[in-house]
Amino acid sequence: MSAVDVGRPGRPSRPGLLGGIWRGLRARFYGNNFLVLITIVLFAAMYIVGIFIYRDKNFGSLNSFFDMLNSNPGLIVIAAGMTMVLVSGGIDISVGSQVAMYCMMLAYFMEHKGVSAATMIVVVLVTGIVFGLVQGVLVAYFRIQPFIVTLAGMFFARGMTAMISPQTIDITNRDFMGLATKRIYFPFGGYTNAAGVYQRPFIYLSVVLAVFALLVVFTIMTWTKFGRNVYAVGGGEQSALLMGLNTRRTKLTVYTFNGLLTAFGGFLFCLFSTGGAVEKAQGFEMQAIASSVIGGALLTGGVGNVIGSFFGVLVQTTITKFINFNGTLANGWSSIVLAAIMSFFIILQSVFAYVRNKRR
Amino acid sequence: MADPLIRMRGITKNFPGVLALDDVDFTLWPGEIHALMGENGAGKSTLVKVLTGAEAFETGAIYLGGAAKPVINHSPQEAQGRGISTVYQEVNLCGNLTVAENLFVGRQPRRAGFVNWREMNRRARQVMEGIGVDIDVGKPLEGYSIAVQQMVAIARAIDISATVLILDEPTSSLNDQEVAKLFDLMRRLKADGLGIIFITHFLEQVYEVCDKITVLRNGRLVGEYAVETLSRTDLVAAMLGRAFDDLAAIQHKAAPVTGESGTPVIAARGLGVRGGVKPFDLDIYEGEVVGLAGLLGSGRTEVARAIYGADTADQGTLDVKGARPKHHPIDSMRAGMAFCPESRKDEGCLQDLSVRENIILAEQSKRGMRLMSRSEQEKIADEYIRLLQIKTASMETPIKQLSGGNQQKVIVARWLATHPDFLILDEPTRGIDVGTKAEIQKLCVRLADDGMAILFISSEIDEMLRTCGRIGVMRDLHKVGELAGDELSSSAIMAKIAGGEADE
Repeated sequence: MSAVDVGRPGRPSRPGLLGGIWRGLRARFYGNNFLVLITIVLFAAMYIVGIFIYRDKNFGSLNSFFDMLNSNPGLIVIAAGMTMVLVSGGIDISVGSQVAMYCMMLAYFMEHKGVSAATMIVVVLVTGIVFGLVQGVLVAYFRIQPFIVTLAGMFFARGMTAMISPQTIDITNRDFMGLATKRIYFPFGGYTNAAGVYQRPFIYLSVVLAVFALLVVFTIMTWTKFGRNVYAVGGGEQSALLMGLNTRRTKLTVYTFNGLLTAFGGFLFCLFSTGGAVEKAQGFEMQAIASSVIGGALLTGGVGNVIGSFFGVLVQTTITKFINFNGTLANGWSSIVLAAIMSFFIILQSVFAYVRNKRR
Repeated sequence: MADPLIRMRGITKNFPGVLALDDVDFTLWPGEIHALMGENGAGKSTLVKVLTGAEAFETGAIYLGGAAKPVINHSPQEAQGRGISTVYQEVNLCGNLTVAENLFVGRQPRRAGFVNWREMNRRARQVMEGIGVDIDVGKPLEGYSIAVQQMVAIARAIDISATVLILDEPTSSLNDQEVAKLFDLMRRLKADGLGIIFITHFLEQVYEVCDKITVLRNGRLVGEYAVETLSRTDLVAAMLGRAFDDLAAIQHKAAPVTGESGTPVIAARGLGVRGGVKPFDLDIYEGEVVGLAGLLGSGRTEVARAIYGADTADQGTLDVKGARPKHHPIDSMRAGMAFCPESRKDEGCLQDLSVRENIILAEQSKRGMRLMSRSEQEKIADEYIRLLQIKTASMETPIKQLSGGNQQKVIVARWLATHPDFLILDEPTRGIDVGTKAEIQKLCVRLADDGMAILFISSEIDEMLRTCGRIGVMRDLHKVGELAGDELSSSAIMAKIAGGEADE
């Protein structure tokens, strides 16, 4: 049959090498993935600027880059989980309180009850699964709005933290501290400090675990039926249902899996902060949401990428780093710059949505 | 001959207070495109819902293929499992996923448990080529037109081994070229032995593509006809159940009004919106129904929006009754304009509000913050329910319980309640039954006789010829001409719409 072109009217293709690269990029980063690309470019640009401004302070050293990862293993994992929840069209604002609860559980039972580190890690992970499962049932089967369910979860977890112990507890457990201080050194990229000692760059074991978890989530979201169902449900729940997907079970799995990721992130957070306190990880859920949004996730669901959220974490950390390296700027600036960058991204997203609607 | 794909026998279904289906038979053969026709409320949708398991039925039986044992579908998924797929007017796919994913979501080809994207894209290309659509399957679906999205929905249905395809008003949002493409596809599927149930309001399309017509009226089967044996008049008569002269009756009343003296109600000069409609001139006088013809996307709605101030015009001037109001919908309303938008579902009805609340909405917002008294609201609602003969249980019934045609009347009532001097009706008769269509057309003519100026936008040229005294023609966002009086004929309008050398 004569092929009437029913697609979008094609633009004249650009010839030559540049055109080829342009087409390749367009194909690969079409639409929403483009936002991830922008995040990566933004991060790279910020970082390069930092290297030039603070070149006398070793901003560009591998040590300095690894510091950013070393102080954020928990956020990397939890931002990935948050992205998954946002993609499904939901939200989970209980993760910050959950992290506080898991830290407190680890600290209290290891220090005051003599439970072994290995046992406690398993207990925390199982608690996370159960916590997520309960939230998931309420969201998926009782059809309560995720914001409300996880708001309750947020109060509950913070309350439980105080119930376990109102005091701050520092962790001294040898096994646990062994894990927390386990360093993996890199043979290159270091610098020599003022005292003339060569500083070898290293990452903590927790970072390796965090990146591993990130890759697992990425794999699940990209290459499994469940992961693609999450995108479908977030893109249009009714449509997904009519296409024969089990939307409830998908949502339940999302929240349960996010419970596990939160517990794992809480454990990694605890490896870095080595203690429990009622006020720990305040606003952590908002940092996770900010990372996801900067990484290209839409709060309306269906769009997002865990690799983007990883760079979202890096962008946030770089801002803080700028403030710290400058030394004279007030800490408030990092929040203000973060606000500006988030606004920039949200505007960018709506411009994208607008252009797309226009085209249609 | 092979067995029929579907035999529905003696189907009866009650909704509270209404007998939705009364002893209805329906038969679909392989390799057949079968139109299901009837006014709104005739039972078309209910019959389809019963077939696909979206609604339960009380008595009767559904047989599939040659099987002697009847089956009952309990959900659309179950029906899909039995080879019955439905493609709705609103495409039920996920725009954020790629075309390939939409085709295979839930049943992706996998390797070692992981989704095999390469294989999925390859098979998706195959499937889309199979129906003659050449698109990049790796791109998100939302980047494509509604027409392509529908094709993808159909492709998905066929690929999940559909033997019966139900197309529910698939052509409502397509332009002519896209409709032609869809019909090509339908004929191709028919040749492959599929049975297609086609629900539409467009009579022309039925005659263009269908083999058989089953007509329902008030939940009863009127009859099953072969297309070539049923004339259009007979079809309309079968649907309406009465000698059909309503439309003819108003045809002659709409003599072109030639009172082009005095101040026009609307006078647009070079009015244009950057990135939207190109600068146009348009005068509309008191007591006149002016039509706007053109293909989908030609700028008809955009003209209305520019006049109303829904899109901000950045060129040209607009005079309303000689004055120049500020350009914002609320100012336009205060200046005596009213705009009935095209999409009742998205822009018109507030589904959960009652008929009364929907009717008084515009008048209330025109008056500002002070709430109208309940008795005044009821008086207005009552007046327009009677005037427009809106069929509703009471004025407190939620509007979503009304049929499409009656919902449309409520929206028209909403704007009439503001006593406008100038009324814009954008596709007021789309998706509603022939009887209500005629009523709305007659209403337009009557309102114009009472001195109102009306801008009437429609895709159906015949309807405009009956209703309008003057018709402006749009093409590619340009107003390309205006026809009045003796020039008015469907061939003249089509020639203008088509453009090219023909009319220049």
